Amino acid sequence: MSTVLETKNINKYFRKPVLFHVLKDINMSIKKGEFTSIIGKSGCGKSTLLYILSTMDTEYEGELYLNNELVTGQHHNKLSYLRNKHIGFVFQFHYLLSEFSVLENVMLPAKKLGEKSLEEIEHDARNKLEILNIGHLADKRASRISGGEKQRVAIARALINNPSIILGDEPTGNLDSHNSENVFNVFKQLCDEQGLSLLIVTHDEDFAKKTDRIITMSDGVIIS
Amino acid sequence: MAIAKTHLLSKIKQTSVAALGVTFGIGAYITLVCFMTGLNKMLDGLILNQTPHIHIYSEIEPSKEQPIAGYETLENSFKVVHSIKPKQSQKKIHNALPIMAYINKDKRVKGAIPQIKSNIFYISGSIELGGNLRGVEPLEEARLFDFQNYVVKGSHEDLHKVDNGILLGSGIAKKMSLKLGDKIQVSTIKGDVFPLKIVGIYQSGLAEVDDIQSFATIKTVQRILGEAENYITDINVKLYNIEEAYSMAQEMENQFGLKAVDIKTANAQFETGTSIRNLITYAVSIALLIVAGFGIYNILNMFIYEKMNDIAILKATGFSGKDVQYIFMCQALIIGLVGGLLGLLVGFALTSLIDTLPFETEALPTIKTFPVNFDPWFYVIGITFALVSTFFAGYLPSRKAKKIDPVKIIRGQ
Repeated sequence: MSTVLETKNINKYFRKPVLFHVLKDINMSIKKGEFTSIIGKSGCGKSTLLYILSTMDTEYEGELYLNNELVTGQHHNKLSYLRNKHIGFVFQFHYLLSEFSVLENVMLPAKKLGEKSLEEIEHDARNKLEILNIGHLADKRASRISGGEKQRVAIARALINNPSIILGDEPTGNLDSHNSENVFNVFKQLCDEQGLSLLIVTHDEDFAKKTDRIITMSDGVIIS
Repeated sequence: MAIAKTHLLSKIKQTSVAALGVTFGIGAYITLVCFMTGLNKMLDGLILNQTPHIHIYSEIEPSKEQPIAGYETLENSFKVVHSIKPKQSQKKIHNALPIMAYINKDKRVKGAIPQIKSNIFYISGSIELGGNLRGVEPLEEARLFDFQNYVVKGSHEDLHKVDNGILLGSGIAKKMSLKLGDKIQVSTIKGDVFPLKIVGIYQSGLAEVDDIQSFATIKTVQRILGEAENYITDINVKLYNIEEAYSMAQEMENQFGLKAVDIKTANAQFETGTSIRNLITYAVSIALLIVAGFGIYNILNMFIYEKMNDIAILKATGFSGKDVQYIFMCQALIIGLVGGLLGLLVGFALTSLIDTLPFETEALPTIKTFPVNFDPWFYVIGITFALVSTFFAGYLPSRKAKKIDPVKIIRGQ
C-alpha cells in the first residue's frame, strides 16, 4: 500500500519563552486507508506534530513527504494549494463561517480549488452532506445548527476536495459521548468505504482503541 | 469575492457606519468644493469678466531714454536730469481702427473692441461731481464682457438704440436722485455741457466704480469731446484662452508700440486670493476624507479581530494569505465605492439645495441665489479619492489578516 504521509527526523523547538525541544526525531508514516490515532499526555507534542504534518507549521527541522513528494521548504502558496487539495481538517472547534449556509461552508474549499464548475461543487457538497446524514441541513445558516451537526458539517467540508488524508485535532473533544460515537462511526465508515486515510489526535482512549493503529507519544518521542 | 459580500451583508450595521463615514466625507467634499469654487468663480467673474484679457492703451510716460544719453561726448560721464516730464504724446491710440481690424483677424482672439475713456463732471444744479464717462459699443461689450449683467435697470440695448443715452452708475444715480428716463447734464473738462438721457443704471458691485463710472456709446462720447470718429483711447481684447494673455500682450506691445497689459499682471492679487481659497478648500476636504479613512481602518481592524477564526480556517483549508488579503481589500473597496457613490449623491443633493437658497446683496446685482459650481470633475475627483483612501485604509488591516498564523489561532482555542 502506498504511503500518504511520511516524516523523516522531524525536530521542533519552541524558542519562547525558553528554548524547548518539543519533538525529537519523529519518524513515522501513514499508509493509504489507515485509520490512525495519536494519543499522549497534554504537552507531549502531539498537536504540534499534527500541525507540522498539516503543512501549516513550517518552522521545523527534518523532512515531510505528502504522497511521496517533499513538502518541506516549499513556498507557502504551494503549501496552501497542497492543503487545499490533499488534506482535510477537523478541529476540536468546528470553525464554520457562521454567516454562511451549511452548504456554502462545505463548498468553500472546492471553490478555492476551482477544478470543478459551481454546479458540480454544489452537487458534491450535497452528496457529502448526505453521506454524513445531514443533507436536510444544507440550506440552514451555520450558526443555527447543533454542536454535533456542526462537527459533521466540518467533516463534510474536510471531505469536499476528496483529500488524501484527514487530520483531526481532537475532533470529538467538545462532543458528548453520543455525538463522539457518531463522529467515530463516520470516520470509520469513510475509512472502510472510501479508503480514506485518517490521522486523529485525541485524548479519548476509548476512541483511540477502536482505531486501526495507535501512536503513543510522550515528551516529544513516539514510544509505540 | 462572494465571501466579502456575505461578510458585509451580515454586518450591515458596521458596514453602513463605515460607508456613512465615506459618504459624509465625500458629500462634504463635494458640497464644499462646489460651493467654494462657485463663490470663487463668482468673485473672479465680478472682476475678471469685466476685465479685458489684454488692455491696450497709449500710456503717457517719460521717454525711456532721455535725449542726453544720445550725446556722444558725455558717454562715459554721470548724468543727472532734474524734473523729467512725460513725453509729449496723445491719449488716443494712433491708427486705432486698423490695429483693431488687425487684432480681430487673429485666430486666438475672440474679439477686440474699442473704448474711449474720458473724465467728465456730472452736473446737478450748482454741484459738479467728478466722474468717468466711458464710450463703448454696448452690444459688443455684452457679447464679450457680460456687460448686460451689470445693467440693473434699463438695458444695454437701449443704450445702443437711443442717441445721446447714458448708462449711469448706480452710486451717482443715488446721489443725484435720478431715475430711468431722467436727463442728466455732463460737462467735459473743457467746459462744454451736454444733456444726456438716462437709459439704464449700471451697478458693478464695487462701490468705488459705481460712484463715478457711466457709459455712453462711442459716438456720443466722441461728440461730447468734440473728437473725430477715429478717436479711441483703449482697445480691449478678449481671448479664447486666457493663458495666452501674457505672451500676446508682449507681442502686441512690441508690434504696435503701445502699452498692452494682460489680465494676470493687472489682477495678480486676485489670482493669489483664488489659489489660496482653493488651497483651503482642498485642505479641508482632504482632512475630511482622511477622517473617513480612519473610520474604515478602525472598522476593518475590528472586523479582522472578530473574524480571526474564519481567517484561520480559510487558511487551513487552503486559502493563501493573498486570498485572505484580497477578501478584506474587496470589503474595503466595496465600502469605499458604495460610500463614495452615496457621498456623490449627498453632495449633489446638498449643492442643489444650496443652489436654490436665496442670496441677495447690494453688491452683487446679478446674483439671486448662492453660486454653486457643478463641475463633473469634482465628482470624478471625489470618487477617486474615496477609492484611494479606502484602499489605504483597507490595506493595512488586510496585511495583518494576511500575516495571521492559523496554527496560533487554532491552538489558542
